[in-house]
Amino acid sequence: MTAPVLSIRGVSKSFGGIRAVRDVSFEVAKGEILGLIGPNGSGKSTLFNCVLGQLRPDEGDVHVNGKPVSGMRASELNKLGVGRTFQQLSVFPQMTVLDNIILAGQEHHGTMLSRLLGKPDAGLTGQAEELIAFFRLDHLREEKAGSLSYGQQKLLDAAMAFMAGPDLVLLDEPAGGVNLTMLADLRERLQTYNREHGASFVVIEHNMEFVMELSTRIIVLAEGEIIAEGAPEEIRANQSVIDAYLGS
Amino acid sequence: MSFWLRPLFLAAMIVLACLAPLGQGNYIIYILTSWLLFSVAAMGLNLTLGYAGQISLAQASFMAIGAYITALLTLAGWHWLIAMPLSLLACFFIGLLLGYPALRVQGHFLAFVTLAFNTLVFLVLRNEDWLTGGSYGLVGMPRPDFGIFNTAKQLQFYYFALAVTVVAALVMWGIVRSPWGRAFRALRENPMRAESLGVDTRRITLLAFAIGSAYGGLAGALVTPLVQFIEPGSFGLVHSLRILLMVVVGGAGFFFGPFVGAAVVILLPEFLRFTEGYYLLIYSALVIVMLAFAPNGLIGIGARLRARFLPLQARGDLAQGSRLK
Repeated sequence: MTAPVLSIRGVSKSFGGIRAVRDVSFEVAKGEILGLIGPNGSGKSTLFNCVLGQLRPDEGDVHVNGKPVSGMRASELNKLGVGRTFQQLSVFPQMTVLDNIILAGQEHHGTMLSRLLGKPDAGLTGQAEELIAFFRLDHLREEKAGSLSYGQQKLLDAAMAFMAGPDLVLLDEPAGGVNLTMLADLRERLQTYNREHGASFVVIEHNMEFVMELSTRIIVLAEGEIIAEGAPEEIRANQSVIDAYLGS
Repeated sequence: MSFWLRPLFLAAMIVLACLAPLGQGNYIIYILTSWLLFSVAAMGLNLTLGYAGQISLAQASFMAIGAYITALLTLAGWHWLIAMPLSLLACFFIGLLLGYPALRVQGHFLAFVTLAFNTLVFLVLRNEDWLTGGSYGLVGMPRPDFGIFNTAKQLQFYYFALAVTVVAALVMWGIVRSPWGRAFRALRENPMRAESLGVDTRRITLLAFAIGSAYGGLAGALVTPLVQFIEPGSFGLVHSLRILLMVVVGGAGFFFGPFVGAAVVILLPEFLRFTEGYYLLIYSALVIVMLAFAPNGLIGIGARLRARFLPLQARGDLAQGSRLK
């Protein structure tokens, strides 16, 4: 059996007297798409931040590809093969689509000195164009990212997370604010990337239809604890999940 | 500016700069030389502030450090070609140290940290007169002699300063077009996202300060042989503010912004001298009008016009709603 890409063991995090995450443990296998759902304040973002090194857990530990990552800087984590998107739009608005994508990969190529003295595109234009075409943004490659529509920026945001060929991508509400047409495209692109490259995803999402169709497994958090875990159809039928989050 | 337009613009500027001093008197040539070396200082601040988004009110202090090191070494008999790189290195490492506060504070707080540094350098230069000559400054620094080319005369020194400026501009062009330049812009626009994509934002912040400061040092290394007399008052806070004005008026984050900004700040008051006692009044009013109508600087006007008159593909998509194709 292959080692899990992400392993979270006994993670707890408190803010003052509030326990945001309580003794959470789970693993993410290679190629798996895990949906992380739960009501607002259930601890999803705190858990994400513990994985991404922005918060250090009070208890427990987080391993990526077998390496402990608690307290690691985001740039180091990225070089370990972890990509992410943010809840808010997070592109570089004054840079072109192509430059946004090249930036997302350039730090993985060569040394600091070779990036100064070498090619301006770090030899990444071809790879970046392929990824831009994959996310169907090729007609916008020379446009400033800030001039794109919200949905296009969301797509670019996702594309950037994939440029360095990550083993694990954490997607924080990728469907937020995206219209239905583009949502279907986004889901299809993510599933295709997952199938072709074997990358694992952890997806925080409030859009139930999107996350249920995208994920192979769902974990439900409520008040900082895991209250249910299973395949999407099992979660839909789980009475405690319906009571705590989904409603009737 | 497009890929091909920029080198053409650069070539046109070099030709113009070569022709500008011909037939002019010593004073005009001196003013043009000042424009060149303030362009170098502003280029450095443009990297720190315009590209990397790190506010600094200390660029004149790096000119001072560069100028004083060059002065002390050339007065001790060292050639300018040795004194200049040492000045640059000193400014690079001191700039690196000045960058550390930027890892903890940003915006107004960082502005005050750098302002305090400028004041500190000014006070050291004024009070440590055993080394710096205090308020009397240092005098009599020689102009560099390269054997086949002596810079003793004003016109010769102008071409020497022009050559140094062109080399400095080409190096800066290489930096801002490289992946480092992309990382600097990413730091300015979204540091958290940049870090999440593997950009070591701490290192790139320090480099932005260090390289920007080295350009300040280079400008200082040119000031010394130009004026052959330096004193602390020439590098006070007001001069850092002038360099900041050059960057802002020219267009922060635009490659040619510092040249245009330095031209406005250095040359415009000279053009307005025919108005006699009113020239500073008119100059100040013009700067206010420019900043009010061109907040992205004079170079930024071109980008605004392009955005206004050339429809973007993305805008067309927006009109149709948020669809992929």
